[in-house]
Amino acid sequence: MWSGTPLFPESASTMASRVDALYFFLLALSIFFSLLIAGLIVFYAVKYRRRAADSVGSEIHGGLVLELTWTIVPLLITMVIFVWGASVFFAMSRPPDETINVYVVGKQWMWKFQHLDGQREINELHVPVGRPVKLIMTSEDVIHDVFVPAFRIKADVVPGRYTHLWFQSTKPGRYRLFCAEYCGTKHSGMIGQVVVMDPSEYQTWLSGGASEGSLASAGAKLFQDLACNTCHRPDAQGRGPVLEGLFGKTVTLQNGETLTVDEAYVRESILQPAAKIASGFQPIMPTFQGLVTEEQLLELIEYVKSLHELPQVQPR
Amino acid sequence: MATVILPPRHYLNDGYGIASWLFTRDHKRIALLYLAGVTFFFFIGGAFAVLIRLELATPVGDLVTDETYNKLFTMHGVMMVFFFLIPAIPSVLGNFLVPIMIGAKDLAFPKLNLASWYIYMVGAAFTTYAIVTGGLDTGWTFYTPFSTVSSTSQVIPAALGIFVTGFSSILTGLNFIVTIHRMRAPGMTWFRMPLFLWSTYATSLIMVLGTPVLAITILLIAAERVFHFGFFDPTRGGDPVLFQHLFWFYSHPAVYIMVLPAMGVISELVAAFCRKAVFGYSFVAFASVGIAVLGFLVWGHHMFVAGQSVYAALVFSILSFLVAIPSAVKVFNWTATMYKGSISWDTPMLYAIGFIGLFTIGGLTGLFLASVGLDVHVTDTYFIVAHFHYIMVGGTIMGYLGGLHYWWPKISGRLYNETLARISAGIIFIGFNLTFFPQFILGYLGMPRRYHAYPPDFQVLNVLSSAGASILGVGYLIPMIYLMWSLRYGRLAGSNPWGAVGLEWTTTSPPPTENFAETPVVTWEAYDYGAPVEGHVA
Repeated sequence: MWSGTPLFPESASTMASRVDALYFFLLALSIFFSLLIAGLIVFYAVKYRRRAADSVGSEIHGGLVLELTWTIVPLLITMVIFVWGASVFFAMSRPPDETINVYVVGKQWMWKFQHLDGQREINELHVPVGRPVKLIMTSEDVIHDVFVPAFRIKADVVPGRYTHLWFQSTKPGRYRLFCAEYCGTKHSGMIGQVVVMDPSEYQTWLSGGASEGSLASAGAKLFQDLACNTCHRPDAQGRGPVLEGLFGKTVTLQNGETLTVDEAYVRESILQPAAKIASGFQPIMPTFQGLVTEEQLLELIEYVKSLHELPQVQPR
Repeated sequence: MATVILPPRHYLNDGYGIASWLFTRDHKRIALLYLAGVTFFFFIGGAFAVLIRLELATPVGDLVTDETYNKLFTMHGVMMVFFFLIPAIPSVLGNFLVPIMIGAKDLAFPKLNLASWYIYMVGAAFTTYAIVTGGLDTGWTFYTPFSTVSSTSQVIPAALGIFVTGFSSILTGLNFIVTIHRMRAPGMTWFRMPLFLWSTYATSLIMVLGTPVLAITILLIAAERVFHFGFFDPTRGGDPVLFQHLFWFYSHPAVYIMVLPAMGVISELVAAFCRKAVFGYSFVAFASVGIAVLGFLVWGHHMFVAGQSVYAALVFSILSFLVAIPSAVKVFNWTATMYKGSISWDTPMLYAIGFIGLFTIGGLTGLFLASVGLDVHVTDTYFIVAHFHYIMVGGTIMGYLGGLHYWWPKISGRLYNETLARISAGIIFIGFNLTFFPQFILGYLGMPRRYHAYPPDFQVLNVLSSAGASILGVGYLIPMIYLMWSLRYGRLAGSNPWGAVGLEWTTTSPPPTENFAETPVVTWEAYDYGAPVEGHVA
């Protein structure tokens, strides 16, 4: 019965060993202090057990040196743990510059993955080994959470915003992906798999799917169908801002604030166009709330990302 | 020892019949009303836990449906947190002891005290109504937008029950604060007070300051559910994470509402059964206040993976480490108190030792969760479940039971069966560890919490946990039986069966309605074990 019972999780990402190192340090520390306290208690309880009905303890009321010692020493130890934990967290929060991006949409009770090349998967995510992968995640309904124990990573998937998670797998295999935020009836069935493949196998897998073309090309078609192109024109003659080269740029808003154009801003500008109007434009864009699905939003975002700045047109 | 007789007049024979209880203004009788209430809801909450552990004995969800399972863990949490853990020690032991320990006749507002109990019962009635008319499936945390948009269960009546009960908490806290400020007997200075009162005072501050935030949050949930306001629903422009900030702003301090009073009890037990002053009295006292204050500043550590900014996470991480320090100071001081004590192994001391051990593990595993990079892996798994049960069950319930056993002779005037009591304390300790220790391992392996079904390789550890839970259940039933039995057949206790100091042991057992024949004048420090005391061998 015990043979099939693991006591420690598999490690399959670059982050796993860093998290485990901190875990083992804390484990050793905890065992030390638990044994120290338990040992002292048992030792005292036996050594100083009451021998006469009317006996009382010694008149000891405290000691400043001891108090300071067991205040300052734990304080120093916890600060070391804090810095260590923070540095691991920084590494988790900062993906490398070059990543394979995959969009994730959670809904009750399944995971949908969209690759930039157009492959769509449900409850399975294929990635190549050794390459950093970034997940850009949102939810169609309630809060979910992507948790891959073998990678030691986890992040909530929140409706109405994009959250991020990145990992770099270290060995091919199939790893469980749990929903870790309670999301209703079938929460415990919202389980997927990350399939980590050798690069060559991954290439084969990539060329197998995606009959509909890339995510950005789907977005381009949608951009036409929704008639976005009547106002957002590349020649700056439209009523809306030029989108070419916009992603990642800093824009100034009407109220003078500035922000960097990211997935969240593009999303908000489609669903709540009046929320943050770019300086020099009128709040005339209609909302597309309810007209586009979360997946279509991702296609549009990917299309906007794909629009590179046009070469300067000579003035007529 | 002189023959022990019951005092001719005491609070239990001062009036008979149901009305003499339901309309009483005596803090001691109100404490017993609360005892009946919290015990009832403890066993209801416990019954849900039994069903949860039965279901989890096998990997597939075969005992109940998904929906029922979700309701079971939700109602287990709601019952245990709001109707047992939060009121248990303050409302039962605090109510009984605060006036007696400071030499007063009653709390400052006796009628308000009775009103608190009725409010608690009305709140409990709402939540019970929610349970019997379909139940609640949001988790005790009510996360939005699930609770406001998605769940079809009885959210409103259950939340209303918690809203109402909150006022009982606020009024009890207010009553304690005013009583401790205004009604101390002559000579009972702040630094002569038993440490139980310091921790009760600190707890009361949290109750008064924190609970209103919970009330507001619940009203916002109700408004969004009923009138479709967009506070938390992103499709209406709301922010679901805002709810988590509001909820944990109360619910993290609520953890200290549960555990601070237990720490106070442990200080009393360690002093009484070592017959020795608590080591570093003022450090232990100020640690309680420190925990109450810092406890308000760490709520964000529940949200490290919820999408808050990296820097916010770091601030909450470092503050969470800081709040661990006063808890560690208390553990070291209790341990040091045992040095050169006269240590008896009576049942309350066994609970105190159990508390220190389990709370130490609970506290140390808290460091794992405060380290933000490690929390990412273990949050929302069974590691969390194990951690907070070590604090709430290993801490609060051990403290509560230890206190109940220590003051039972004072409350009832009689002694329980010591052998049975020691055995059941041992059973609880073993059952508890078998139930919850495997869950740490399960959590690091990656088993998420709130899962009805789980992968088969997690089964062995889950079976151990379920086996432990059945042992723990037996351990909780035995004290019920022998304590009830002692009410009628127990040997008479006399005023001071433990040979302890403290004003409560200077009056009769049970005490008269007005607590003391004449108001005591205090001329000694707390835990004044300067001279040999009349008492017994362990």
